Amino acid sequence: MFELLGIPPAALFGQLLLGLINGAFYAVLSLGLAVIFGMLNIINFAHGAQYMVGAFVAWMLLNHLGIGYWPALFIAPIVVGAFGIVIERLFLSRLYKLDHLYGLLLTFGLALILEGLFRNEFGVSGQSYGVPASLTGTVNLGFMFLPIYRAWVIVAALIVCLATWLLIEKTRLGSYLRAATENPELVQAFGVNVPLIITLTYGGGVALAAFAGVLAAPIYAVSPGMGSNLIIVVFAVVVIGGMGSILGAIITGFALGLIEGLTKVFYPEAASTMIFVIMAIVLLVKPNGLFGKRA
Amino acid sequence: MSGNPTDDTPATPAVQNSEDRRHYMLLFVGLAVLLVALPYLVYPVFAMKVLCFALFAVAFNLLIGYSGLLSFGHAAFFGGSAYVTAHAAKVWGLTPELAILAGTLASAFLGLLIGALSIRRQGIYFAMVTLAFAQMVYFFALQAPFTGGEDGIQAVPRGHLFGVLSLSNDLTLYFVVAVIFMAGFLLVYRVMNSPFGRVMRAIRENEPRAISLGYQVNRYKLLLFVLSAGIAGLAGGTKAIVFQLASLTDVAWNMSGEVVLMTLIGGMGTIFGPIVGAGIIVSLQNYLASQGSWVTVIQGVIFVICVLAFRSGIVGVIAQKLRINL
Repeated sequence: MFELLGIPPAALFGQLLLGLINGAFYAVLSLGLAVIFGMLNIINFAHGAQYMVGAFVAWMLLNHLGIGYWPALFIAPIVVGAFGIVIERLFLSRLYKLDHLYGLLLTFGLALILEGLFRNEFGVSGQSYGVPASLTGTVNLGFMFLPIYRAWVIVAALIVCLATWLLIEKTRLGSYLRAATENPELVQAFGVNVPLIITLTYGGGVALAAFAGVLAAPIYAVSPGMGSNLIIVVFAVVVIGGMGSILGAIITGFALGLIEGLTKVFYPEAASTMIFVIMAIVLLVKPNGLFGKRA
Repeated sequence: MSGNPTDDTPATPAVQNSEDRRHYMLLFVGLAVLLVALPYLVYPVFAMKVLCFALFAVAFNLLIGYSGLLSFGHAAFFGGSAYVTAHAAKVWGLTPELAILAGTLASAFLGLLIGALSIRRQGIYFAMVTLAFAQMVYFFALQAPFTGGEDGIQAVPRGHLFGVLSLSNDLTLYFVVAVIFMAGFLLVYRVMNSPFGRVMRAIRENEPRAISLGYQVNRYKLLLFVLSAGIAGLAGGTKAIVFQLASLTDVAWNMSGEVVLMTLIGGMGTIFGPIVGAGIIVSLQNYLASQGSWVTVIQGVIFVICVLAFRSGIVGVIAQKLRINL
């Protein structure tokens, strides 16, 4: 076996794969945050909790109703997205005229409620969720063994990111959405139901978080705390990328996952703080973020 | 809070005239009397816990009330100082007042670093950036050799104040903590009513105008941030001496959220609100301690209720009813 910079290739590619998988979650979650922020001007602090709920819905579907992974991949986002729509109608819609920080505080409260409720029910330790039978096993790529499920996670995340981008940039609904982001009053005057678009946007963003949760269920333990630590890293990703661009959120997510993976290979002690260090550098050099437009 | 003052953004009142000054004097004397009576009404350790968190919330409130900047990472300064203080008292063998001073200075320095980067963004970005940096401090505390990882630094000696007065007695320590709290609180009050405080108000009300008047807005914000971080550190260091413990709980994001909640429920931007809020939240935690995660759920519910229906907070509502600044 050859070696790269003194690192055995299996270890290097293994960590790169892990980084890419983390990046897939960063991308899907920061995409959801960016979509919600663009329309509602709210940072959805409950995003991590909704990701966790998505994973738990998949787990409950399997263990209480016997519904497997593939249906859960659709059912969980719909259920959690519907829950998001209720939240938006009941709570968030009352805050649009206020300072945006109140949205952050409210969703932070929601995150606490969700995490506390699930911790009461399931305890701190995680539940395991098996890899679906059709995606078990590994492929020998010659330089490393690639678990099929992990490959699927990356592909699925890419598909969802691309589909969201297409929906927003290339469809009529997306053009309404973009127009409503720019000037809600004018779009409303043209007879487009802007409040409905806002509600659906929040539901869609939340559904993205739940989808990521289902994807994550077989990889990480399904636990009440799985979302809160992740979401803080995703916040850093969002600050680095800036929230002006959908594509920017996707690229930044994957890139930072990879960088984190590389850090694990060459300097493992710094792996958990690497993204924050990059955030500090970006704040110094380009305070609005790499893809940020707004001042 | 993001440069567009509305009726809902918290604004810390400034003392306007001698009548105001007189009623503040009365309130401060009342507070001092309460502080003296408190350890005879409740357990001294509980009273000390309230005071440490009240000072922490006062520090947080100084920042949001005077700059509109909502920091979601103040646990970094509270917990960071707790670690430094604990280390200084236990390993270096410093007397408690020097250990707390070391913690406070460390926090102020950390505030200088984090603040210099964070004030480059405003509004919700500022909240996210401070949260992320605090998480970085959390990971540092988890991994650094001197912090004891998951165990934290335990059995920190309370020591002898100035090397003379033993602090092992709860009541003695309580009065030391009460003096520290009152000093921190009066410092904040003094700063708020200094020329520096006036400039901060001007920046808060209309930042472009303050810039056009020639004020180095970012320098003022940074100074305020460092001050807030330092006082949060004072609270954290004191807490480490009281509980003889510095742990990951002190630097975790939940702690940052708690101080936001205390200030929110008491009244953001009010002078006495954070103290009331700290009293409520610490009591709540004490009485519900056996209920496990329900504490988290209840805190979340309070957050939601406060944001939807009670944005002025308790002290804010009382102040409006009585038409005075509190």
